[in-house]
Amino acid sequence: MSAIQTTADQQLAAVTRRSKLHPLKMVMYIGLGSLVMMFIALTSAYIVRRASGNWLEFSIPTIFYVNTLVILVSSLTLHAAYGAFKREAANAYKILLSLSFVLGIAFLVMQYLGWEELAAQGVPLKINPAGDFVYAISWLHALHVVGGLAALAVALVLAFVLKLRRTPARQLRLELTIIYWHFVDVLWIYLIVFLSLQR
Amino acid sequence: MATAVITAPLKRDEALIEEFGYDDHFHEHHHGDKYQSNFISHYIFSMDHKMIAKQFLITGMFWAIIGAVMSLIFRMQLGFPEESLAWLQPLLGKWITVNAEGVGTLAQDFYYALVTMHGTILVFFVLTAGLSGTFSNLLIPLMIGARDMASPLLNMLSYWFFFVSGTIMFASLFLSTGPFAGGWVAYPPLSALPQAMDGSGAGMTLWTISLVLLVVSLLLGGINYITTVLNLRTKGMSMWRLPLPIWAFFVTAILGLLSFPVLTSAFFLLMLDRGIGTSFYLSDIYIGGAALDHVGGSPILYQHLFWFLGHPEVYIIILPAFGIVSEVLAVNSRKPIFGYQAMVFSILAIAFLAFIVWAHHMFMSGINPFIANFFVIFTLIIAVPSAVKVFNWIATLYGGNIRYNPASLFAIGFVSMFISGGLTGIWLGNSALDIQLHDTYFVVAHFHIVMGVAAFFGMFAGIYHWFPKMYGRFMNGTLGKIHFWGTTIGAYCVFWPMHYLGMAGVPRRYYSFDSFQTFGHFDGMNKFITIAAILTFGFQLLFVINFFWSIWRGKKLTTKNPYQANTLEWTTPIEVGHGNWPGKLPTVQRWAYDYSKDGIDNISQMQPTMEGETTDH
Repeated sequence: MSAIQTTADQQLAAVTRRSKLHPLKMVMYIGLGSLVMMFIALTSAYIVRRASGNWLEFSIPTIFYVNTLVILVSSLTLHAAYGAFKREAANAYKILLSLSFVLGIAFLVMQYLGWEELAAQGVPLKINPAGDFVYAISWLHALHVVGGLAALAVALVLAFVLKLRRTPARQLRLELTIIYWHFVDVLWIYLIVFLSLQR
Repeated sequence: MATAVITAPLKRDEALIEEFGYDDHFHEHHHGDKYQSNFISHYIFSMDHKMIAKQFLITGMFWAIIGAVMSLIFRMQLGFPEESLAWLQPLLGKWITVNAEGVGTLAQDFYYALVTMHGTILVFFVLTAGLSGTFSNLLIPLMIGARDMASPLLNMLSYWFFFVSGTIMFASLFLSTGPFAGGWVAYPPLSALPQAMDGSGAGMTLWTISLVLLVVSLLLGGINYITTVLNLRTKGMSMWRLPLPIWAFFVTAILGLLSFPVLTSAFFLLMLDRGIGTSFYLSDIYIGGAALDHVGGSPILYQHLFWFLGHPEVYIIILPAFGIVSEVLAVNSRKPIFGYQAMVFSILAIAFLAFIVWAHHMFMSGINPFIANFFVIFTLIIAVPSAVKVFNWIATLYGGNIRYNPASLFAIGFVSMFISGGLTGIWLGNSALDIQLHDTYFVVAHFHIVMGVAAFFGMFAGIYHWFPKMYGRFMNGTLGKIHFWGTTIGAYCVFWPMHYLGMAGVPRRYYSFDSFQTFGHFDGMNKFITIAAILTFGFQLLFVINFFWSIWRGKKLTTKNPYQANTLEWTTPIEVGHGNWPGKLPTVQRWAYDYSKDGIDNISQMQPTMEGETTDH
């Protein structure tokens, strides 16, 4: 096992020797930069719109805060899955990856409950831009979570179909998936902090 | 200079690659064939950057012709309102209404649709996707010594998203209610209310979908360009040795990456307003006496989001032309580009300033005049890096051994257009002058010259210059020169008079000036502009004929480096295969602009410092 690991490390080193960052990882980071700009635009629009008055005051449903914990834990389990992948611990990898996927689904379900709760507390859609912004921003974020879940689903299928071997190509694929999932996680934390402070 | 004595003769490119080249074992992997093994993978779903560049170019030309024809149709209505357009009925059908005397006129709704589509097509499909897509794809890997883009797959997807986006926009032209007609900026409420006008329904829906797909295409392309420039430069190609076009494409991609997502956000909110009836941009609107239930939105919010993209967008259009022109001028005046570092820093300065001037498009939208002051100042500061660039181009030409070919003529013409259009930018940047000049033909004249015609000139310079690299043949030089003089004189005849119309207050986008006595004496000028536009378009057809004729019948290239240029793209074989260099990758020993140095006409970027050479670079 240790011999295999050394070979994998050597192969990885060979791939990344010419430049420190793998080109596809850089593609990922730059792409995430553009997604960040999208959400910066929305939150800036929020601030500008809020400053011009006729703005409904309400508090963010508690379920959104609880949900932050859900997606945070999913990031941690995914990180643990990455560790299991590197150790080539097949069972742990499958379990942790499945757990992350389930937590991702749970996040979406709870977001839906959050929107329901928001409407129930007197802020349905189309009452005031203050509420509509919360819906719009969290919808767009949920859409990005769906994309992350699609990537996780691919990883999950591969985990159960293929025999676990740590090859550079598979490690890179998993790393790209994980980078993206951490991104939607951190993005949600930014959004929830933003929405709670900018009331 | 005169004291330097070079002892050894220059080595040939092949010898330089053999001796100093970097062997990346590219051709040992036997995967090259999957890129161009059959017709479909070679010509259609190609992952090769050179083929994708040609796809972008030819699609861009298709759109340029459509957009130009649109402008001719509305110019004919505007210049000759009393003449019959009934002969256009076979093309336009119900959009030409023929009265009892048999005089056909353009339907008013369709006039606005044509103006809107002309703007959308030229700005987004031709000068953004067509210009940057063509030359970034073609030149980045070739000039930095890379086998291909960082991700050939994403690169292919970038073209096909562009293609699908274009198909959707094209389909919207054939809707029974017509394409979107509310202006290329798509301000709400015309864009946000499907019932606002005919084109605001299905036309606007298709317009939005098309542009979102285009943004995806541009981002996929831009991400690739940035990664390739940062990650795949060959050995020795430091950032300060990059040829100027690469700097321009690199910064263009960064601009697009930071600004296009903002447009997507603006469209996202717009779609919610249209689709489910939220009120981000809409407030207190009455249609037919009945109040809509939209409350509390702000159309100004859309303008902020739109112009946060919209202003960087004009630099996304013009920066690639800056880069192309710098290279073409240096090569054809046989002189180093004057002030290489100043050129790079001015590109960076312009890119930075591009993000903090967007509100100068909104001086008359009701923004706070004190805030407008900041935007005035930053807008006027853009004149500084722009002037640096113009000075450097002229200084590059000064005293040069200039070759007058179509490429260099268009590059020189670009400088002329950029000066003419740039000076009026200083007028328009002042919020006080804007009270008179906003929404007049002065604005139309300004942006057509400075980013429309100028960017086209950069594109033409690039096409004439790198056509041999694309197709292994030259374009016809005589036709090219006729094309240049016709276009230059024609473009000035079209847009110069518009300044006078604008200063007199003639508003843009109007279908007819019949009911304004004060503009009556401009009839002749309007006729003149229309005739000039038709003639100028004729010269563009000459270019299109020359282009396609030369692909198959042009004079064949006999040497690898027909211009004696220094950059790496001319060290590849005449018929460039996949992977660009047949053997080793070239390595770089110096910057790209050692022309006429120490009495030597040109020194390739691959040439190591020679004994006795002066070493100021």
